[in-house]
Amino acid sequence: MANEVKIVPLMPEVSTESAKPQNLRKHPRIIESIIQAFLFICGAISIFTTIGIIVYLGEEALGFFTSSEVSLFEFFTGTVWQPQIGNFGILPLLNATLMTTGIAMLVALPLGMCVAIYLSEYASPKMRSFLKPILEVIAGIPTVVLGFFALYTMTPLLRALIGKEIVQVYNTASAGLVMGILILPLISSMTEDALSAVPRSLREGAYGLGATRLEVATQVVVPAALSGITAAIILGFSRAVGEAMIVAIAAGAGPNLTWNPFRPAETMTGHIVRISGGDLSYDSIDYNSLFAIALMLFLITLLLNLVSQRIIKRFREVYE
Amino acid sequence: MSANPQRDEFGNAQSGQTEATNRFIFIPNLTSRHRRGRIWAIVFLASTIVGVIALTALIVTILNDSFGYAAIQFTVQPETLAPGEKTLEQMTCPELASLLEENISPNRFRQIQSEKPFSERTQRECYELVITEVAKPKAVETWPLFYSLQYRHELALYVEQKYPGSELVFRSWISKDFISSHQSSDPLLAGLRTAILGSLFVIAIVIVVAFPVGIAAAIYLEEYATQSWINRVIQTNINNLAGVPSIIYGMLGLAFFVRALEPLTSGTIFGATVSTTANGRTILSAGLTLALLILPVIIINSQEAIRAVPSSLREASYGMGATKWQTVWYHVLPNALPGILTGAILSVSRAFGETAPLVVVGASTFITYDPGNIFSKFTTIPIQIYQWTSRPQDAFRNIAGAAIIILLVLLLTLNATAILLRTRFSRRLI
Repeated sequence: MANEVKIVPLMPEVSTESAKPQNLRKHPRIIESIIQAFLFICGAISIFTTIGIIVYLGEEALGFFTSSEVSLFEFFTGTVWQPQIGNFGILPLLNATLMTTGIAMLVALPLGMCVAIYLSEYASPKMRSFLKPILEVIAGIPTVVLGFFALYTMTPLLRALIGKEIVQVYNTASAGLVMGILILPLISSMTEDALSAVPRSLREGAYGLGATRLEVATQVVVPAALSGITAAIILGFSRAVGEAMIVAIAAGAGPNLTWNPFRPAETMTGHIVRISGGDLSYDSIDYNSLFAIALMLFLITLLLNLVSQRIIKRFREVYE
Repeated sequence: MSANPQRDEFGNAQSGQTEATNRFIFIPNLTSRHRRGRIWAIVFLASTIVGVIALTALIVTILNDSFGYAAIQFTVQPETLAPGEKTLEQMTCPELASLLEENISPNRFRQIQSEKPFSERTQRECYELVITEVAKPKAVETWPLFYSLQYRHELALYVEQKYPGSELVFRSWISKDFISSHQSSDPLLAGLRTAILGSLFVIAIVIVVAFPVGIAAAIYLEEYATQSWINRVIQTNINNLAGVPSIIYGMLGLAFFVRALEPLTSGTIFGATVSTTANGRTILSAGLTLALLILPVIIINSQEAIRAVPSSLREASYGMGATKWQTVWYHVLPNALPGILTGAILSVSRAFGETAPLVVVGASTFITYDPGNIFSKFTTIPIQIYQWTSRPQDAFRNIAGAAIIILLVLLLTLNATAILLRTRFSRRLI
């Protein structure tokens, strides 16, 4: 058996067949090019998505604005949104959106900051590994579940605390509060990332000058991470503006221009969900009006996201 | 401003000025500074605990609603229906059918038979029919878990007085029947089966579409893309798309997949004969919409995973004479795969819980049959939760809670898989 070991020449072709080495450059690699083209197309799908959003939203919204029933001026200044009688003023919807978002930010902003500072500057590694997953879990809860929570826990709680006459069953306050819980992990985790990116040497320098832990956190680390924190806040705001299910469930149906957070009011997203959930016929003014609202929503969130990205890029302090 | 006192302070120490000056700078505010520090430390901890409390409250609410006493009233007691020694559950389908025929109007009986003949129905279906059509149980009032436990005896008395002839049962709203029965307008009989199947169908399409496309796009951006304007546009665009609200994707899906591509998404192009006209509001449309929604997230996550593969691996591969694709396929991808999969599974779990885009795309509110193929109408678990939450009766709130538990368990399983993958494979890298 051992005698049958073959001796295999290392490079048989080159040594026996041709003396000239192959020129690999002249080899067109068709499959490689096809693969690259395919990969490029997959990447470009994202561009088609954006184009699709702009084209379809724009087209239907254009149909809305060019129709005889509504003018651009009326859309932006009208204080009544009642498609049945031809009133299309976006202010009640916009107002409700700003109210729920505002309440959400009132909750999420201070809490998010405090949580981020705690996790990044105070918490022991053990505490961190316990608390961070909990926040991540909150961020991963489907919003329809949070809507259920708002309607069946937050609203009864508010009604018990403030009074049943004041707080109605559907109200923007409970939707806003729960939305605050939703964006709290978003803001806190982005802020914490920004805080942890501040180099240790800055902290140690401040400690060396006799600063207390609080002073290091609030007067050295936070200012140094300000660009990241601002970006986090803006992203949280944009997320709250685009959030649909919590407000659709808990904030009430029917556009209503009110500043009272304990009364029902319908946000832009809530309106889209309610109307498109019913029977909707294409090419009706109702159908087109939804796209006008959606376009508005898209532009607001896009603007916020762009500003946030710009802030990160522009004002980031780069430490070595 | 901040630099001056520090220099002064240092200078003071050097020149050895009076103790009073030193004290003026340091001591009077030292205790208050420390006190403030302690107070804020508590505030920071407290706000973190608020998050924990919120999560606990959420879980407690859901559990509270998913179990508890219910007062159930039958129009006809089921025991009186079964004449012999057999109970209703033990009877065969023909027996049940004749029982049904005796007790309901001939018209209704013919209607039921024309929907699906009794010879084709299973025993279970026949039994359900008898219960719904003849016994007609109705939850007249329900109570949440903690209330039920606290006031057990009072409840028994209360029900006896207020609803004579009704039965007070402790009910777990989440049960085997709840998972396996179809939608119904009666909360006692309604089940999640259609929605679970719908969710699985939709997610299958999301996976089939979004995984390959997303990973391919990430490979392109990380391995192939040069610094040209088009690649920069693609990258910026993906980052922006990740921040677009999900409901906007729903509008895109409605205008594009449901309306513009109706022949494709309703299956008429393929000659699919669907008994009910879904008008493009199909599982396929829903899946494609959600795929677009999570695509940017998958791409960004995969890019990070690919970027984490050390470049020495690529260089070694090129050094052996491998082509670009060979390098990517045999070296980069296998090493990046755990990271890619983790990110992809997490984004799928996001798609699993999405509601708003599917409402907009046109999920059906009430279907009582299993989705047959990707061109059927659909409903998903979150859609069902939304539907049930918006109904006024108490009992719907209970089954919404039960559905939430099922949804959360499924999501937890998905996320646990992702975490397992991450911990299992992350050690092998580098």
